[in-house]
Amino acid sequence: MKRFGPMFRKEFIQMRRDRLTLGIMTGIPVIQLLLFGFAIQTDVRHIPTVVLDESRTPTSRELVAAFENTGNFRIVAHVDGRDGMDAWIARGDAQAGIAIPHDFPRDLARGTTATIQVIVDASDPLSSQAALAAAAGVAQVRNLAILSAAARRPALPLETRVRPRYNPGLRSPNYIVPGLVGVILTITLVLVTAMAIVRERERGTLEQLIVTPITKTELMLGKIAPYVGVGLIQMTTVLLLGRFVFDVPLTGNVFLLYGIALVFVVASLALGLFVSTLVRTQQQAMQASFFFVLPNILLSGFMFPRQAMPAVFQWIGAFLPLTHFLKVLRGILLKGVGVPELWKEIVILASFAVILIALSVRRFHKTLD
Amino acid sequence: MIESAVTVETRHLTRRFGPIVAVRDLNLTIAKGEVFGLLGPNGSGKTTTIRMLCGLMEPSEGTAIVAGVDVRKSPDLIKERIGYMSQRFGLYEDLTVAENMDFFAGIYGLEGPGRRGRISDVVIFLGLGRRLNQLAGTLSGGWKQRLGLACALMHQPPVLFLDEPTAGVDPAARKGFWTTITTLAEQGTTVIVTTHYMDEAARCARIGLMSQGHLIALGTPDEVAKQVGGKDLEDAFIILQERDEQETEPRA
Repeated sequence: MKRFGPMFRKEFIQMRRDRLTLGIMTGIPVIQLLLFGFAIQTDVRHIPTVVLDESRTPTSRELVAAFENTGNFRIVAHVDGRDGMDAWIARGDAQAGIAIPHDFPRDLARGTTATIQVIVDASDPLSSQAALAAAAGVAQVRNLAILSAAARRPALPLETRVRPRYNPGLRSPNYIVPGLVGVILTITLVLVTAMAIVRERERGTLEQLIVTPITKTELMLGKIAPYVGVGLIQMTTVLLLGRFVFDVPLTGNVFLLYGIALVFVVASLALGLFVSTLVRTQQQAMQASFFFVLPNILLSGFMFPRQAMPAVFQWIGAFLPLTHFLKVLRGILLKGVGVPELWKEIVILASFAVILIALSVRRFHKTLD
Repeated sequence: MIESAVTVETRHLTRRFGPIVAVRDLNLTIAKGEVFGLLGPNGSGKTTTIRMLCGLMEPSEGTAIVAGVDVRKSPDLIKERIGYMSQRFGLYEDLTVAENMDFFAGIYGLEGPGRRGRISDVVIFLGLGRRLNQLAGTLSGGWKQRLGLACALMHQPPVLFLDEPTAGVDPAARKGFWTTITTLAEQGTTVIVTTHYMDEAARCARIGLMSQGHLIALGTPDEVAKQVGGKDLEDAFIILQERDEQETEPRA
């Protein structure tokens, strides 16, 4: 391995001199973090809501206030007729409508079931689900109050006490930021290494390199080693920004996290190397990398829960290093767990790294055929 | 003496790409310290021959011994004993002259004071002293070429392969380059060079003319010229090549 050193040095100098790539590698984490951290909120609040109150009584106004107090609904307009309500929702100026019929207070006073209607724009399932849940909640709270008053029973017969552990505030950034560490590493490292080898081929430097006694292993390891450092710097950037801008906790052992991250970084770089053995030009390398990146974002559990996916896709997801690294990230950062809980993921990631490097070295030929 | 005098020897060397025969039954013997020119039109098999001799391409048939090493059996060992420079500038344009040399010295296993000493020798030999901190990409054709040669010579290889080294280089630089080649050969380096330029061919100790994958003439430039009765080398080549193409036409 005596030629690893010169290869590493050369690659490092080139990386330092390539301002654009360097800028992309350091810029991507910051931009993505700010985008995902600020823009993407899975907890939908303040849905614009239009109200059609036919009864116009204190009771009905009280009910509307109860809806508003959940924080999920923001009343944007009061309308007089059904058509007006539909128009607001059709235009998209409101995503929910609350219709209170004129016999609402009468039914309520009589003790028969009083009906109100909540309409949601389900063309956006995420926000409509939040609205539906909140609407059901409002009714339930009302029902309980009325029923317990009627039953003259001050205490509720049953209460479920839910404790959201590890992320008590149910905050999106706590979920998104740790995942983002893995996504950013995957995107930049796979792409950068794939390009790095193909660039040598395109520029004709590979031809000069393969007439030297350098071995395939020395060449490949020397090539990816500088990017291991890049990966760890990216990760540090995201973690620090996450901690101080988005208040994401660092609960567990940070050293353990870096240790496992190192394995993941090597696996991602090896994946990039493998991509580089499949393609001929930098453009193909770019396309192939994006082909790998998309399933990583969609199937790894970064944004969408894997439990909700059909078995086939869960199975495909299991073949992505990111899937396992996400468990490590969330496990250590949010839950504060360690090796006893994560050893399976560690073994899987290490296997990915070894297998992918072996595959790339096998596929890479030191000839020009 | 006789044994070590031969540095390159090929027997029935053949290379096919599918149905196409790029090099057919090539038999060559090249002595130590010889400047051997491989000539021929594009697609005649010169580059394929050189690539096989460098261990970059596996022969389909036949054998080749380069600097005492069988190309087929140990393509990796060969690489420690040869220097290679191609028509296309194969060095890193985003590294400086010094960084390129340092890299190749390292890749050829030179370390510590030995590496520094060798680099400064090569720098003096090729006159690269004032260019050391310039990025290789900003060098002119002639300087790129010298740098390419510097990197290929780093490990003092007994055999040097130059694949159209002077393509795109101005006449003055070409002349300087050939002076360097001659000096290297006098010091005992075997040089195998491909070229399109007749004045360069005339400076070789011996030349081999290739056409359509096989050797159609072999000898000193004078011998080859006389062989066909052309008035000079260029004339001889045209005659030989046309003759070869006519002979092989019915086959194609």
